[in-house]
Order: sequence, then C-alpha cells, then structure tokens
Amino acid sequence: MRNKKYAYQYHLMLLPVMAFLLVFHIFPVFGTVIAFEKFMPAKGIFGSEWVGLKFFQQMLSMSNSWRIFRNTVIIAVWKIVMNLLVPICFSILLNEITHTWFKRLSQTIIYLPHFMSWVVLAIPIMNIFSYDGVVNGLVKVLGGEPVMFLASNTWFRPILIITDVWKEFGFGTIVYLAAITGIDPALYEAAVIDGANRGQRMWHVTLPGMLPTIVLLATRSLGNVLNAGFDQIFNMYIPAVYETSDIIDTYVYRAGLLDMNYSLSTAVGFMKSVISIVLILTSNRLAWKYAGYRIF
Amino acid sequence: MVESKKLSSRIVERLIYFTVAFFSLLCLLPLLNTLALSFSSSTMAASGTVSFWPKQFTLAAYKAIVDEGQFFRSFAISVERVILGGSINFVMMVLAAFPLSHTEKAFKGRNAYMYVLIFTMLFHGGLIPTYIVVNKVGLMNSIWALVLPGAVPVWNCILLMNFFRSLPDELEEAAYIDGAVPVQILIRIYLPVSLPSLATVILFSVVGHWNEFFSGLIYINYNKNYPLATYISTLVDSVKDLNMITDPEEIERIMKVSERNMSSAKIFVSLIPILCVYPFLQRYFVKGIVMGSVKG
Repeated sequence: MRNKKYAYQYHLMLLPVMAFLLVFHIFPVFGTVIAFEKFMPAKGIFGSEWVGLKFFQQMLSMSNSWRIFRNTVIIAVWKIVMNLLVPICFSILLNEITHTWFKRLSQTIIYLPHFMSWVVLAIPIMNIFSYDGVVNGLVKVLGGEPVMFLASNTWFRPILIITDVWKEFGFGTIVYLAAITGIDPALYEAAVIDGANRGQRMWHVTLPGMLPTIVLLATRSLGNVLNAGFDQIFNMYIPAVYETSDIIDTYVYRAGLLDMNYSLSTAVGFMKSVISIVLILTSNRLAWKYAGYRIF
Repeated sequence: MVESKKLSSRIVERLIYFTVAFFSLLCLLPLLNTLALSFSSSTMAASGTVSFWPKQFTLAAYKAIVDEGQFFRSFAISVERVILGGSINFVMMVLAAFPLSHTEKAFKGRNAYMYVLIFTMLFHGGLIPTYIVVNKVGLMNSIWALVLPGAVPVWNCILLMNFFRSLPDELEEAAYIDGAVPVQILIRIYLPVSLPSLATVILFSVVGHWNEFFSGLIYINYNKNYPLATYISTLVDSVKDLNMITDPEEIERIMKVSERNMSSAKIFVSLIPILCVYPFLQRYFVKGIVMGSVKG
C-alpha cells in the first residue's frame, strides 16, 4: 500500500484524542477504586485506607437503597415504553396527512422541545402544574379541587413520564417517519387494489414497514433501563417526592457532592455502571441479531 | 377517486387531522405560557391568572434582566463556552474520525484505538472520580472545566467515522497518486465533501454545550461565573419552594418575591439561540440519525 509510510500521521492525529480520553475518561474509571477505600481527599487515592466491600455492604443495608433502585427502574421503563409507543402511533397518523404544509408544520413544532434542556423546561412545566397554574385552572373549571401536583407522591411520577414523552415524542416520530418514507409505494397501491381500507393499510403495510426500526430502537433502549433522566428529575423534584422519584443518579449526586460521602456515592455509581454495561452489551447483541445493526 | 369518499372515511380523516393538530399545539403551550408570563406585569404573573396571553402587557421584565447584569454575564460565558467547546469538539471529532475510518489493513493499530473508544463508551468513571481528576488537573473555576472533560464526544466521532467510511475509496487513492499526504487529504478532500455531516455533528455539540448545566454547577464555585444553563438552574429553586407550601397566605408571599415574569423572560431569552439554529438543526438532523447507520 502506498500510504503505509504515512501511518505516523494517523498516530499523530489520534494523539490529542487519546490524551483527552486518558485524562478525563480512563483515569476516572480507575479512580473508581475509591469505592473500596475510606476515601479522604487530603490523603488522596493512594493514601486512603482500603476497606474492601464495606461501602457496598452499607449500600445494601441502607433503608432507601431499594427505593432508589425501584424508582429508577419504574420511571425508566415507563419512559422507554411510552417513548416507543407514542411516536409509533403519531408517525402513522402523521403519515396519513396529505397536505404537505400541514405535515411539515407539525413536524417542525413537535421536535422543537427535544432541543431544549430540562433546566430551561423545568420552570415552564412547574409553572403549568403549580398550585395556581394552568392545569389546576382547568381542574377548577371542571369542578375539581386544585392539586399540589409537584409535591404529590401520586402525581409526580406520572408528570415526569408525561412531560418526558411530551419532550421526546417528536424526535422519535421523525425517526419513524424516515422509516415510513422508505416503504415501497407499490405496496400501498396493491393494498388499495385488494380493497384494504385505511386502517388495514396502516396495520398491514405501514406497521410492518416500520418494524425493523421499531426493533432497533427497542433493543437499543434496553441500555437505558437505569437511566431515568437525571436532568429532568434533578431540576423538578423536591424532598417531599423523594419517596417516588429519587433515582440512582440523584442519590449519587446528593451523597457525593452534598453530603461529601465520596466512597459511598462512588460505590452506588459503580453498581449502576456494572449493571448498565451488562444491559448495553445485551442490547447491542440483540440489535445485531434482530435488526442487523451494531455500534461496536 | 371517481366515487365520492364515504362519510365514515371523511370523519376518520378529520379526526386524524384534529389529533395531529392537537398534539402539535400541545408542544407549544408551555412556551406560549412562558412568553405570556414574561410580557405580563409582575402582579399579574404572580396571581396565577396568566395562561397563554399576557395580562397588563409590559416589557418591564426584559428591562429588569438587562439592568440586573448577571443574566447577560452568564449569557456571554455560555457564548464563550459554545465557541471554545464547539471548536475543540470539532477538531477532536475530525482527528479521531479520519484515521479510524481506514481499515486495519491500511492503518495498523486502528483496531486498538477503536477499542479505547469503545472502552470509554462502556465504562464511566462516575461523578466523584471525574470530579477528583478535574480538580487535580487544576481546572476548577475555569471555563476549561466546562469544555475539556467533554473534549472528545465519542458518539459523534463514531457517527462521523461511519460517514467517512461511506465515501468512495477512490477519492483517497486518487489523491495519493497525486502525491498528497493524509493531512492534505483530510483537509482538502474529506472535509469539503462532508460539510452536511460536519454541520450535523457540530450543531449537536453546540446545542449540547448551550444546554449543559451540570458541570457548571459542580466545577464552578462562584455564581457570577456560571454559564447560562447553570444560572437558570439556580432560578429553579425559588419555583420549587412554591411547591412545598400549602398555606395560601404563604404562597402569596413567596409568589410576590418569586418574580415569575422575570424568570420567564430569562427562560425565553435563553431559548433564542436554540430557536436561531433550529432551522439548520431541522435540515441536518434526520441525516445525522441516518448517518450512524451506514456500514455499521
């Protein structure tokens, strides 16, 4: 090969990339050993006392460890399922729209929230669900009693899920719509000739055409079973709803940076990483097996 | 169609249009509410009667945030961060994607580098170890703490690498025959032909930097040096307070100082840059999603 002697240029290009990854990704991975130490910042990673699995035992014996694990999985799984179903339904509906301008306008609007951060959306959402907000205004008009939605352990979790779907369904819709565009129009024509009505065409042509994309996104979302959405919850929760919305990531933050319980926080984060890696590898394998797609 | 459509079919069609319109509108409502609040007088905004149209229209909130100073200080810090972070991300992505887009045969060692990237995607150091590293490297309280830890966006590197791999090999072969070296090939050939894909990954990284609030919260100790997203996240606390109290008089008292119209105006101004790049995002981002799937 002619370009062999220039291989040093490739190495040079990758040098800064690897340097950054080494310092900011790989060092911290090894820094995880502080989960097995009684870490004191003054003594450093190498000087702190080794305590083995002490903090893992403490984690398992904590009264709220089951709570944060359960909250994480419940919230994440609900979000995953709803973020699959709603965009599938919506993209099928959107595909039935024949006025191009209407379709385009709708697409433009629905995926706008995807690009806004939870920090910025938290305040508008809290305004809307607040005691004197728009939603409670509607409740009063309908003759109900206003509800403290954001301080209620009954309501807070559904609100997290609904607002997350609200933010993300547009993004999913666009992905599915791209899949629908790839369906051969001849299939629709054939279905019409065979006498299929609109519903039958959606069910027997559109949906099967989307199936590979659905399978792909479903398997890939498996890796997110422990990601319940730190940004959203962190910016919206209050102590009154920790019972139903405190998740692993928010706990890691509070234990580590607010309570300065460095080792415990790292131990909890480490457990999460281990489970997540298993999930990601599984999802990668499934995606390869069922959708012929892989990242690595 | 020769025959006129059946009545039921037309009703279904109306229903579909209505549903799509309803959900699209739903995506805008929180933003309209924010906009309406920001243009309302502070008493009206605090009274909780503003829904989607300003009451007692005034620009007072916007004047107040100009006078306050801190908001635009943070805005400027965010702009600086986006420019710095975006450029660093761009350089790193290109430097990583180009060499890695070659086969192991053409670039010996490519797979080893690839394993490093995959390692960093799978294993994360977690909050505290990363914090310790950033602290040790001496980045605390500097803008570099916001851009260097995320200097290499691994996922986007892989997207771009996949795109480079989809380019015909002849491009590179021809350049070699003409006597070009890899750096020249990258700058003169690869970059110009992949402008749309580059635009996609750059936009992702710019929007990501604009929206990211957490590193500002943990790495910057002085509120006056917060980037905008972090500054906004500090406003959330006063809104949260409102949801912790049930006593109506207490709510009224807090409402008066909560300056709902001010926070709404701040939210809206912070969204303006996103709205400005949104048309470009829209153009490129479906492409960006599809891009990752070529030659997996």
